[in-house]
Amino acid sequence: MKNFGKYFLKRVFFMVITLWLIITVTFFLMKLLPGSPYANQEKLSPEQIEILNKQAGLDKSVPEQYVIYMKNIMKGDFGTSFQFKNQPVAKLLRNRIGPSLQLGAQAIVFGTFIGIILGLIAALRQNTWVDTGATLIAILGRSIPNFVFAVLLQYVFSVKFKLFPIAGWNGFASTILPTFALAMSPLADTGRFIRTEMVEVLSSDYIELARAKGLSYWEVAFKHGLRNSLIPLVTLLGPLAVALMTGSLVVENIFAIPGIGEQFVKSIMTNDYPTIMAVTILFSALLVVVILIVDLLYGVIDPRIRVSGGEH
Amino acid sequence: MAEMDYSKIPKEKFELIGHQDAAESEKIAAPSLTFFQDSWRRLKKNKAAVISLVILGLITLIAFGAIWLSPKDPTKQNVQFANLPPKIPGISVDGFNGTTLVRGQRVDKYEQVGVPEDVYFILGTDSLGRDLLSRIFMGTRASLIIAFVAAILDLSFGVTYGLISGMKGGRVDSIMQRILEVLSGIPNLVVMILFLTIFKPGILTIILAMAVTGWITMARIVRAQTLKIKDQEYVLAATTLGQSQISIALKHILPNISSVVIVQMMFSIPTAIFFEAFLSFIGLGLTPPNASLGMLLSEGYKLFRFLPHLMWAPAIVLSVIMICFNLLADGMRDAFDPKMKD
Repeated sequence: MKNFGKYFLKRVFFMVITLWLIITVTFFLMKLLPGSPYANQEKLSPEQIEILNKQAGLDKSVPEQYVIYMKNIMKGDFGTSFQFKNQPVAKLLRNRIGPSLQLGAQAIVFGTFIGIILGLIAALRQNTWVDTGATLIAILGRSIPNFVFAVLLQYVFSVKFKLFPIAGWNGFASTILPTFALAMSPLADTGRFIRTEMVEVLSSDYIELARAKGLSYWEVAFKHGLRNSLIPLVTLLGPLAVALMTGSLVVENIFAIPGIGEQFVKSIMTNDYPTIMAVTILFSALLVVVILIVDLLYGVIDPRIRVSGGEH
Repeated sequence: MAEMDYSKIPKEKFELIGHQDAAESEKIAAPSLTFFQDSWRRLKKNKAAVISLVILGLITLIAFGAIWLSPKDPTKQNVQFANLPPKIPGISVDGFNGTTLVRGQRVDKYEQVGVPEDVYFILGTDSLGRDLLSRIFMGTRASLIIAFVAAILDLSFGVTYGLISGMKGGRVDSIMQRILEVLSGIPNLVVMILFLTIFKPGILTIILAMAVTGWITMARIVRAQTLKIKDQEYVLAATTLGQSQISIALKHILPNISSVVIVQMMFSIPTAIFFEAFLSFIGLGLTPPNASLGMLLSEGYKLFRFLPHLMWAPAIVLSVIMICFNLLADGMRDAFDPKMKD
């Protein structure tokens, strides 16, 4: 366990370095950009611009601004949005985090659940039409971009058949299509993953033993097969988190969901730099934490990894 | 007749069956195949991969052939002929004969705006009167170029980094690995978006934005493979014979990891196509009059409730390309390493 503590500290250290690097690089990149937030407003006199710059702390030197920015971030203050005047970015994003989290959670639960079932069936009925069908779904889910899928769903179920609301955020019905669209790639990945794992597990010795001692088919499949295949699934969480983040940008836009992804795209379009920076940092932090949790969790649930100190 | 004297049997009674001399017995009946010939033989057995390869070949040929043989000028605007439905010569099925439903009635749009009899827009025109088919050819070309160049950049940078890290080992390796560890924590999407907001959008910027993050996976794989092969006897032999590290890396290690590298590159191409389409879709990609599949999709999406074909055509092309690349990459992975096949 001593090893684990050392490993944990090392990982947290690198996590902090990564985050610091991201914040620093984005900060200086943003400072490199030409122009200032007030440059385009011709109505302002030079004096007024000076006052505004002072208010925003833009009159100080870049290193000083950097120190102030870092200090503020520690306090959870990401500055004021350019797009919505006098609206702190932190507050802007806090209001939008709910829908994004809900969609992400729904998509990951739905996607992995269906994916596990699909992979399980494919592995148990290996090389039959069921297997081929599951493989086909996996290939389509992996290949077709999620925004194409989102638009397809929107066209078929909202425009043509009018079963679901086209867009917006009113109740559960409006979350169904975006969830489907987002869940497509987790579903495909999980399905593939579970199939490969199950095929391997099912041919291992302890499955033979379970069969030999007379357990029923389903008991073998679920208790011994599926459980052991689920362990490595944890490693898929990192890529899934990335896929959901990427997906949220377009899917939230297509379905007009007031989430982080939609705000991010809007901020890019309006050059709202404080918001772009905040979302960048938020996304990176989320990913870094997910990767850390996955690595730690994997060591905890699979003792074979822990022995070698969690390196892979 | 108790015992037979074997030595008395005349020599002529014996007949040598099979090989007449030593050299012949060493001969191998089957033709000797190089590693790539052997892999190609295995790949040919995979129907999905072969079909994908043919489709991709055709798409590439058409997309690049369209530079000289484009049906129409893809950038020529003609507002008079804007938003025309598809019209294919000799086909009179509704939806492909130049008619649309206007208030429940079929109207020949081509007649309405006065398009000459012999002019056909096979996939219709966009809101500025540009021929959609020609624009799709142009867009496919741009998407393919972006994906290939990005993949080649990933390859060259990732392989160099991985080889150096793996070959040098020790302190150099651990520093290079720590750098990779930090970099891989950054979501590539975020890097791409930052890159594109800061620099002027264009083909080059998109390629660079993708290359900035894309090489990391490649570098990791190459390093892991290098470490594996570094301990082989033939590398030891080469070292003993006084070969420099660089020539060992290039002559002994690189050829032996080439299959892994190629497979990884094949997977990075569809990823690049996806990200290009994705960035264009959210408005960060190419700017008009250029076209890419993602841009055409995003333009079509704006009108998709009224003129859905403007979006479906690029969407289908994009999806077909993605599926084919993924199937081909899967096939190549299995062909290069049959043991890996599940």
